Amino acid sequence: MRRQMHGFGGRFKDNKPEADLVTLVQLKSGQSGTVVDIQGGRRMTDRLNALGIIPGKKITKTSAMLMRGPVTIEVDRVGVAIGFGMASKVTVRPGRVP
Amino acid sequence: MTRILLMGNPNVGKSALFSRLTGVQAIVSNYPGTTISYTRGYMKLGEETAEVIDVPGTYTLEPTSEAEEIALRLLESGDIVINVANAINLERNLYLTLQLLERGIPVVVALNLWDDTKHRGVDIDLDKLRELLGVPVIPTVAITGQGIKELAENIPRATSPHQPPATRDERWANIGQIIEQVQRIHHRHHTWRERLEDASVSPFSGGIIALAILAASFFVIRFIGEGLINYVLDPLFNTLWAPVVLKLSQLMGGSGLLHDIIIGKLIGGEIDFVQSFGLLTSGLYVPLGVVLPYIVSFYLVLGILEDTGYLPRLAVLMDTILHRLGLHGYAIIPNLLGLGCNVPAILSTRILESKRERFIAATLISIAVPCAALQAMIFGLVGARGLGYVAIVYGTLFIVWIILGLILNRTVKGFSPELLIEIPPYRLPPWRMVLQKLWFRTYGFLAEAIPIILGAILVVNVLYILGVFDAIANFTAPVVTGLLGLPKEAVTALVIGFLRKDVALGMLAPLALTSGQLVVGSVVLAMLFPCIATFVVMFRELGVVNMLKAVGVMIVAALVTGGILNLIL
Repeated sequence: MRRQMHGFGGRFKDNKPEADLVTLVQLKSGQSGTVVDIQGGRRMTDRLNALGIIPGKKITKTSAMLMRGPVTIEVDRVGVAIGFGMASKVTVRPGRVP
Repeated sequence: MTRILLMGNPNVGKSALFSRLTGVQAIVSNYPGTTISYTRGYMKLGEETAEVIDVPGTYTLEPTSEAEEIALRLLESGDIVINVANAINLERNLYLTLQLLERGIPVVVALNLWDDTKHRGVDIDLDKLRELLGVPVIPTVAITGQGIKELAENIPRATSPHQPPATRDERWANIGQIIEQVQRIHHRHHTWRERLEDASVSPFSGGIIALAILAASFFVIRFIGEGLINYVLDPLFNTLWAPVVLKLSQLMGGSGLLHDIIIGKLIGGEIDFVQSFGLLTSGLYVPLGVVLPYIVSFYLVLGILEDTGYLPRLAVLMDTILHRLGLHGYAIIPNLLGLGCNVPAILSTRILESKRERFIAATLISIAVPCAALQAMIFGLVGARGLGYVAIVYGTLFIVWIILGLILNRTVKGFSPELLIEIPPYRLPPWRMVLQKLWFRTYGFLAEAIPIILGAILVVNVLYILGVFDAIANFTAPVVTGLLGLPKEAVTALVIGFLRKDVALGMLAPLALTSGQLVVGSVVLAMLFPCIATFVVMFRELGVVNMLKAVGVMIVAALVTGGILNLIL
């Protein structure tokens, strides 16, 4: 799996291994990160794009439901709930949001 | 006539703004997708009258749902767009703004929820924003009316700066630059409200909060509903109306054709508002004395739940379960609306993305979600035999809802997309809006239900007199008596259920059913044939083929469930 970078993603110039990247599902509740990539079809990226979830966007994970339930995140002061399958296709670089 | 479109992301307050501008009441709630069709109103624009349209919310002009497609079609017909944007979340809202500017249609931006910016730590440089966008930008608070006058004055100043068409990445880059220049965010500590928001979408605390809210809702609905019946409406009907009708009955000679239609049958020489079944007895008592109290209490509680912003959180909690039924969490909203009336519920399935989901949701609602009118009668009639029986009715319908969903999920072709919704902040319900909405919905019930109820009772009496029911009863006796264990006359109720479910259940009252039979009758009536209004909306929303499929599922499910209940009880 090659790391793809779109849009603002290019500004992260580091040489850390890919192991640093996690999916939204793996990110811990309360942890922040930057969206790196969305590995889905056109339809899915369109829907996420409409909610402002694009590569380069800083997000904070609020919670995750049990049993492959949805993940809730905060993007630009607004909460968004994302189904499990979709959330597992969003790659994030964990890190603190200033 | 100039046509003004109110467009913006879902849940930014377009409907509230629409009501302010036109004086036309539109349903306002705190969840994305409240408006699934459009509402039209008029306002004065200088000397001229302009048409204003409340367009369903859309994130983008590249539609991803039916409601967004409606928005796009409306845009083709508009002259001016009032782009309503959420001041708290300018980044995402500007995406639609830029798309509108690229279209070349004159735009004025209403920056709504402006009062929230202060305590959310958002600072926006309005002059700079006006300069960068090249259109008027007016801060507004639709709920209180702040900024509305200024917005109205600025509509004629709407302009189109003719932005060149851009790609998605270019738009986001452009937004990034605008935000950098106009918006400052101050860091704040978490407030108690935000803690509560987080707690209600966490697996453990969220589950407890959901159970508490649903239980509280149920008890408040029942408390208000029963209170209105016992302390207001029953005394009114029994002490004031009954003597009048009895007097009239005596004047008419106590029997005869006309008497039976207008007053109905006297039970032991007295008026029985449920069993008499005349236009002036049951015809008024069913809608006003039994159903209205529950309509008021249900829609009051639903309105509060809608306006606080809790429902999208319930959708998150229910997502895993609803996935098994071929839906996603947001389908909980149409299902909850169905507990009020199936018609707006099936309309609201438009917030779901795929045809498959809409079919499954509409079928489940029409079969297993009883409307408030029917529920009020269930509480009235079945409740008189003990609340345990009411619990059996609800429990059965819930099990049917689950099993049917599991089956439909396995058999209906197509795919169901995943949950992806915005979760609005909690808000204290604006009481004026809650009461307005309650009045709006109650009035809708009175205006639509009473004529049909009176018509249904008239039809029942005429058919009785003509002996039509006897013929039907004999014809269907094998199914009704053999399979469901009901007296053959009960079929008349099932037939009338097509007109009004509440009237139909009332028709079971004089049949001297055992409690078990009453439970079977109530469940079958709830599941079989939706009322005619639901039929029409299913036909319009699903198309004739899918409606017929849903009806097929309905008949099989109702007879199987009724048969099983008959064996058990």
